[in-house]
Amino acid sequence: MMTNQGNRVTQGQFSFLPDLTDAQITAQIKYALGKGWALSVEYTDDPHPRNTYWEMFGNPMFDLKDPAGILMEVNNCRKTFPNHYIRVSAFSAVRGVESVTMSYIVNRPKKEPGFGLVRQETDGRTMRYTIHSYATDKPEGERY
Amino acid sequence: MSDTNSSASATVLADDAPVNLEAEFEASNVKEVLDKLDRELIGLKPVKTRIREIAALLLVDRLRKQFALTSETPTLHMNFTGNPGTGKTTVALRMAEILHRLGYVREGHLVSVTRDDLVGQYIGHTAPKTKEVIKKAMGGVLFIDEAYYLYKPENERDYGAESIEILLQVMENNRDDLVVILAGYKDRMDKFFHSNPGMRSRIAHHIDFPDYSAEELLHIAKLMLAAQNYRFSPDAEKAFFEYITLRMKLEHFANARSVRNALDRARLRQANRLFAGASKSLSKTDLMTLEAEDILASRVFIEGKLDNEPEDD
Repeated sequence: MMTNQGNRVTQGQFSFLPDLTDAQITAQIKYALGKGWALSVEYTDDPHPRNTYWEMFGNPMFDLKDPAGILMEVNNCRKTFPNHYIRVSAFSAVRGVESVTMSYIVNRPKKEPGFGLVRQETDGRTMRYTIHSYATDKPEGERY
Repeated sequence: MSDTNSSASATVLADDAPVNLEAEFEASNVKEVLDKLDRELIGLKPVKTRIREIAALLLVDRLRKQFALTSETPTLHMNFTGNPGTGKTTVALRMAEILHRLGYVREGHLVSVTRDDLVGQYIGHTAPKTKEVIKKAMGGVLFIDEAYYLYKPENERDYGAESIEILLQVMENNRDDLVVILAGYKDRMDKFFHSNPGMRSRIAHHIDFPDYSAEELLHIAKLMLAAQNYRFSPDAEKAFFEYITLRMKLEHFANARSVRNALDRARLRQANRLFAGASKSLSKTDLMTLEAEDILASRVFIEGKLDNEPEDD
């Protein structure tokens, strides 16, 4: 039984929805800027759900007033890595929060092969389970 | 931007539908800004005329858009030339507000930068630096003061050219996102444009800021004082007019900036005078009024030389 049709990676916000359009991305950026959060663009080709630290595409962008600058950076990143996962994250510097408060995928590889279940036999007849992305069988940069 | 365009084209007016320029003008609140410009900026006739023209153009453009007549946004990059202290930065700030009211820029903030903010110190440093500034300015106005410093022809390894290249690209491709205003002294800007013809052709509006006359400077001085709750006594006003006339002939005269510095020094002397006569009680008028002696004590009168503070620029 396929539980996640199309093997789409679902992580961050809006990931169960169809891909966001540029206008929708802009609207989300605008919301984050209105809250005073600093946005950054990150990319990766390792889709494992526990892979939290993605590569940064340029520095985080502080003191921006308008979403156009961030969308420009998103488009630059798409041009450089058309077949990677790209996400926009918003960082809140509010004391006590000081962490990423928003994060959503804005670009995916055309074909996402999905994950396989890996079983490991350990002591006695215990089974350990983990998931393994088919994409990571290939070396970095050649996965998609 | 694209979705607002599509929604605008969805409601195209009929060919014979009347539109009201007056109503559009009222709705944009731009009159308020233009009036404020008239009130607070003395002189500067050519500048004000050009700003009115630009405001009119954008307003007419908005009406034309209702009939789906224009699709191209006009280029509004500007170049302000003029001597120091002629109000280039002040006008740029107002420009941001006007363009915001007319809906040409989305946020209407002004990011004021100089060469240091754009050009890096080593290879690969300039592009991210310039791009960061541009991203900050998006949705508003990027004001580059003393823009001619960007290009240093005597040093061929200078990174200024790289910065100019990125700017040119953005000025062309992101016309909806930001307006670039360059400012600097006339002769040096001319030289700058001479060696960067691409820059010149991408700037539609070249506005020259004239020097102020002595009367205008006195008027400016009075406005500055009023903003700080000071005023001239009638004698002081005459003295200050004389001061301006003398000062204009001396070197390093920076128009309104020199006036502001002179007023700051006069306030210093006034405070000193009040302090010296501390025995008597002071009234509100005493605290507010600058007397002739506060101004006549300047070295401009006594030795025909500048006051001790060196004035830069």
